[in-house]
Amino acid sequence: MVRVSSILACLLFLFFGEAIAETVTICPSCPIKSIKEGISTAQAYDTVLVKKGTYYEHDIVVDKPLTLKGENYPIIDGQKKGEIIKITSDHVTIDGLFVINVGVSYTTDFAAIRVIKSEHFTIQNVVLEKLFFGIYLEKSSHGKVYHNKIIGDAKDEYNSGNGIQLWYSHYVEVSHNHVQGTRDGIYLEFSDNITITKNTSTKNLRYGLHFMFSDNDVYTENVFEGNGAGVAVMFSRNIDMFNNTFKKNWGPSAYGLLLKEINDAKIRNNTFTENTVAISIEGSNRITYKDNDFIKNGWAIRVIGACYTNSFTGNNFMHNSFDVSYNSKLNDNEFRSNYWSNYSGYDLDKDGIGDVPYRPVKLFSYIANRTPETIILLRSLFMDIIDFSEKVSPVFTPDNLKDAQPLMKKRL
Amino acid sequence: MGKVLKYSFYDLVRSRWSYIYLSFYLALGFVLLFLNNDLSKGVITLMNIIIVLVPLIGTIFGTMYYYNSKEFTELLLAQPIKRSHIFLGQYFGVAGSLSMSLVLGLGIPFMMYGLLRSNAVFDFTLLLVVGIFLTLIFTALAFNIAINNDNKIKGFGYAVLLWLFMAVIYDGIFLLSLILFEEYPLDTFSMVATALNPIDLSRTLILLKLDISALLGYTGAVFKRFFGTQFGFWMSMLVLLLWTILPLLRLRYTADRKDF
Repeated sequence: MVRVSSILACLLFLFFGEAIAETVTICPSCPIKSIKEGISTAQAYDTVLVKKGTYYEHDIVVDKPLTLKGENYPIIDGQKKGEIIKITSDHVTIDGLFVINVGVSYTTDFAAIRVIKSEHFTIQNVVLEKLFFGIYLEKSSHGKVYHNKIIGDAKDEYNSGNGIQLWYSHYVEVSHNHVQGTRDGIYLEFSDNITITKNTSTKNLRYGLHFMFSDNDVYTENVFEGNGAGVAVMFSRNIDMFNNTFKKNWGPSAYGLLLKEINDAKIRNNTFTENTVAISIEGSNRITYKDNDFIKNGWAIRVIGACYTNSFTGNNFMHNSFDVSYNSKLNDNEFRSNYWSNYSGYDLDKDGIGDVPYRPVKLFSYIANRTPETIILLRSLFMDIIDFSEKVSPVFTPDNLKDAQPLMKKRL
Repeated sequence: MGKVLKYSFYDLVRSRWSYIYLSFYLALGFVLLFLNNDLSKGVITLMNIIIVLVPLIGTIFGTMYYYNSKEFTELLLAQPIKRSHIFLGQYFGVAGSLSMSLVLGLGIPFMMYGLLRSNAVFDFTLLLVVGIFLTLIFTALAFNIAINNDNKIKGFGYAVLLWLFMAVIYDGIFLLSLILFEEYPLDTFSMVATALNPIDLSRTLILLKLDISALLGYTGAVFKRFFGTQFGFWMSMLVLLLWTILPLLRLRYTADRKDF
């Protein structure tokens, strides 16, 4: 009997212990003035409420399940001394803070907020400025990075960090964030099953979003604008890319989307507008490109090599300087039922499908791929003439690289 | 020289061909801007046309005018007028009327669609300058060919061949040499080869000014580093000027010595 009641008491204690989680308030005029002090006084599952003010602190370690909540965006200034917030416990929530001045180092990746080997964390409504690395997830899974604003002022690649970095972290949801002016907006390395939705990543030095050795990830409805390159997906499998917008990634070596050693990906309903190269593909197999819009790009699709069994169907290719560029004579990829604004065939039986196949590879793009210097002959009469003759009777470009059923009207 | 220039110019301005040429550009300008209200896009399309058409018209028109006014020239030669004045006067008459058709024909539609309020005004001016230069260069070359060939058919043949060479064959040879020597650094070579042909030079000058230059990638960057600077710009203008002056000097030299 005694044992039963003691267990009951224990349970009750646990129950109430959680239910009556207390709030520790921190403000410049309160008894507790620093966040570090607040965290050390708080019990597990308490809320640490940080009131408006400026707190000059760094190396704040959150080592128990807490909610660290800011009221009216209190400023945590790291004074460039190093890392600012470090999370080492499960079930931690960070909400509504304004973190600035992360230390810059060439040997250590200092981050504004770093999560280490923790699960079920939430980082939301945080504003980060003057940063090195922004939010750094290290071997931490099942968390959420939601509605944060990260504004960097990166100038050179070698001394700047990434906005949101995931390293060996799985099942994380990254959504509604705004990242700009960092090296890579969002960077994933060895991170599987990540969902990335509705983020905006602009003006980053290198990539808007960057995958390395990360599998089974999904990114949808994001906007990548004006980055060195929009998205780079490298050495990864089963990545789904839906409804994203890639625009104005424009410059001598800029891409909308760079695929390198990617297998079994799905690329659907994306819009690529005004990129120098909309998609650059290298060593990527079994990828389906469906219902994408390629508008006013320099190159819509540039295949560099070793790409097999990819299929391009139902895409709109409109007003690109080059629709497809290819550097080999071998083709194992399928182009079917796309709309090509350069198509000049006819449709006698009025079924909406052109009766003459369309050849998307111009001879010039083939030559320019082989000898890049020849690109200087862009828009010269000679090139137009040989393009035309190649179109009539293909000699250099793969004979079977054609869209046998080009659409007469663009897919809406 | 002024008198001869005036007569040639008025004669040409009143001729049917000038009107056709002018109305072609007017129609082109208006249709282009009607279909696509974007002025800078219009500049790109126009560039494609101007680069090819202006030299062609310049050569054909130049030779044609020379042969047609041969009797008038011989009449003038009997008068106490300096030979160089006769030929240069006729040359500037032709080149002037062609340039005027070009400037008016393209200028009017672009002005009406608000060129001055857009940011394409510089690109457009460059396009016109380049167009005028091409007219001057190719008319001068045409006069040179015509003065050396009394046989009309031969003269026309050479003129068309010259145009074909500059507009098409030169690029073909250029391309082949780029591919053949792809193992070697080709930046300087391609830059020099571009500068030597007025058509290529004009095309590159305009392309580098437009957004589309990003497509040129690394090569474009190298070109931009040269042509994009003040020095490079004036350098290319100098090359175009040389292309105009050298044939003219030769024209004067040949005219002074030719036995009519």
